[in-house]
Amino acid sequence: MNRLPLLFIGILIVFSTSWLGLVAYPYLKLGHLQPVHTAKNGEQPAPLSPAALAGHNVYAANGCIYCHSQQVRPAWLSTDIEKGWGPRQTVARDYIWERPPFLGTMRSGPDLSNIGVRQPSTAWNYEHLYEPDIVTPGSIMPAFRFLFRVQPIRGQGSPDALIIRGPDAPPAGYEVVPTEEAKDLVAYLLSLKRNYPLPEAGGKSP
Amino acid sequence: MSSLLDSLNPAPRTDAIACAERAEIDRSLRAPVLLFFVSGIAWLLLGSLLGLLSAVKMSMPHFLDSADWLTFGRVRPAHLNTVIYGWASSVGIGVGIWLMGRLCRVALRHRGLLIAAGIIWNMGVAAGTIGILAGQSRSIEWLEFPGWATPVLFIAYALIGVWGVIMFRFRQPGHVYVSQWYLLAAFLWFPWLYATANVLLIWHPVQGSVVGAVNWWYGHNVLGLWFTPIGLASAYYMIPKVLGRPVHSYYLSMLGFWSLALFYSWNGMHHLIGGPFPAWMISASVVASVMMFIPVITVAINHHMTMRGHFDYLKWSPTLRFTVLGAMTYTAVSFQGSLMAIPSLNAITHFTDYTIGHAHLGLYGFFTMTMFGAMYYIVPRLVGWEWPSARMIRWHFWLSASGIALMFAALTLGGFLQGLELNDPEVSFITSVQIVAPFRVVRTFAGILLMAAHLVFAVLFIRMLLRHGERREGPTLLANPASPEVSTPAV
Repeated sequence: MNRLPLLFIGILIVFSTSWLGLVAYPYLKLGHLQPVHTAKNGEQPAPLSPAALAGHNVYAANGCIYCHSQQVRPAWLSTDIEKGWGPRQTVARDYIWERPPFLGTMRSGPDLSNIGVRQPSTAWNYEHLYEPDIVTPGSIMPAFRFLFRVQPIRGQGSPDALIIRGPDAPPAGYEVVPTEEAKDLVAYLLSLKRNYPLPEAGGKSP
Repeated sequence: MSSLLDSLNPAPRTDAIACAERAEIDRSLRAPVLLFFVSGIAWLLLGSLLGLLSAVKMSMPHFLDSADWLTFGRVRPAHLNTVIYGWASSVGIGVGIWLMGRLCRVALRHRGLLIAAGIIWNMGVAAGTIGILAGQSRSIEWLEFPGWATPVLFIAYALIGVWGVIMFRFRQPGHVYVSQWYLLAAFLWFPWLYATANVLLIWHPVQGSVVGAVNWWYGHNVLGLWFTPIGLASAYYMIPKVLGRPVHSYYLSMLGFWSLALFYSWNGMHHLIGGPFPAWMISASVVASVMMFIPVITVAINHHMTMRGHFDYLKWSPTLRFTVLGAMTYTAVSFQGSLMAIPSLNAITHFTDYTIGHAHLGLYGFFTMTMFGAMYYIVPRLVGWEWPSARMIRWHFWLSASGIALMFAALTLGGFLQGLELNDPEVSFITSVQIVAPFRVVRTFAGILLMAAHLVFAVLFIRMLLRHGERREGPTLLANPASPEVSTPAV
């Protein structure tokens, strides 16, 4: 194999097949999907609110993806649906508002495709981020205390203050309040409800 | 017939002119290659530390958790990116450029530009790592460096890649050796991969799940079409070179090369089995992953037949011991990878530590071991000095080998059990966390062994650069060879 042009062209042509198949094709086929409109439910999936979009960035910056997936695999392949990660498999259209989507490759923690359905309480999510062990004993999730402020209580106190007892409670006269980043992150988590019906997804509607 | 034989042998000539020519080439490559090696080792130390910190945090979640930049979700991608771009790519570029120079038999001209490229590359890695720790990551695996750091890496790479191709263009007439095909291909594939991924994922982000497809087309090809060809090029060079005998078969080399190029490039979607993509894309990747048996078996036969009857060399040659362990691991990890792509098994191992074990076996057991082997061969020729301590080489080898073996065993077994629990709808999620916990402690211990191995190697490398100890007549061997004629300079 001494003919340089042949080697050169061969190397590039063989590689270009995968570029066409795994990059160009999905870009053309899946890169411009639109939400589905229904009279009853409006646009589905619904666009992210500004707070949820900001929370999407907080999720990326702190690497939630390294332990949490956001994809429900179909029933023929896995027990994801029985396990409760979602009522149906997730499909390409579920992710159209997210750049990038956080499909993930690890489940050191639970799948979050439908965390907004499973844990709809803002207070629960704040407490969980501040000290995971309080609400889920045995959790190995790190505490995200840097997303919260401990401040002296003034007057009635902040309406967002966390209710924490035991060893993790703030000192007397102080309260724990979420920063803007924590509020955005929780807005994003609560928006994760991939349980609406889509024509291509099959499965049960909620 | 003699020209065919030439094509099987990385450097058949031993006359005085050829020796002088090789010395001249080594001199021209000295500064840039050593720059890539030294900076690579520095990144290896930092990367190992970040990996160790991530491992500890999985068992002790409150360890060093007060500052945002030390949270698990930032330290872990910082580990991955420093070892991928800081260590593996740097040392791979150093080895690749040196092999290109030797095999093309051309001295490097304008080496200032290559040195500048090395400095820019390191600045890019440093900026990107700081960006991740500062919270600028986009959380796209293997591409976490922020968009303002990746162009720096690309510019540095362009200078390096152009140099590799130019060297090949101005090679001395004669046969092109199999290592050169792999290197040329790697130097051409990487910029295509990196540019595509950067444009579509970072600078002009595409919509939704397309990101996943591009992400894993990139991530898997960085392994398969950047690190793997460099590792194989090095093994194809070092094994026959140290043994002083040609590669077993030219035709197997050719089959192995083209089948790798075709099948590996299609593997990426096996990271997303069950994900939101058309079924044919996943199927194509599953098929291509299983077809990887062809290039892998081909290369394994070729290397094994070259080694046959000479396995006693592993007792005394540091280069061969690391390289052959790396090459054997390549066979093992590729077999494992093909099996992991089969959907019924993937359903269990996907999303677990099993995958982490596989990744470390590939990047460490295969690639890093092969690169250590190459450095043991190359550095004495650049520095004009033999390795100052055989004992330290032995420590380096056994710490690395036992560390990666233990890490792989712990993650594989723990990950498999974790996967069984994750797939059992009857048990709660926390069961899967508890069952893998003791294996994660063992993994951390394995990480300490690897960290120790790297510290030994770093100290040995510094002693080498300072030309420590007494001048040796022949190469530093791990044991005395059984027959005297093997103590040629080529060990």
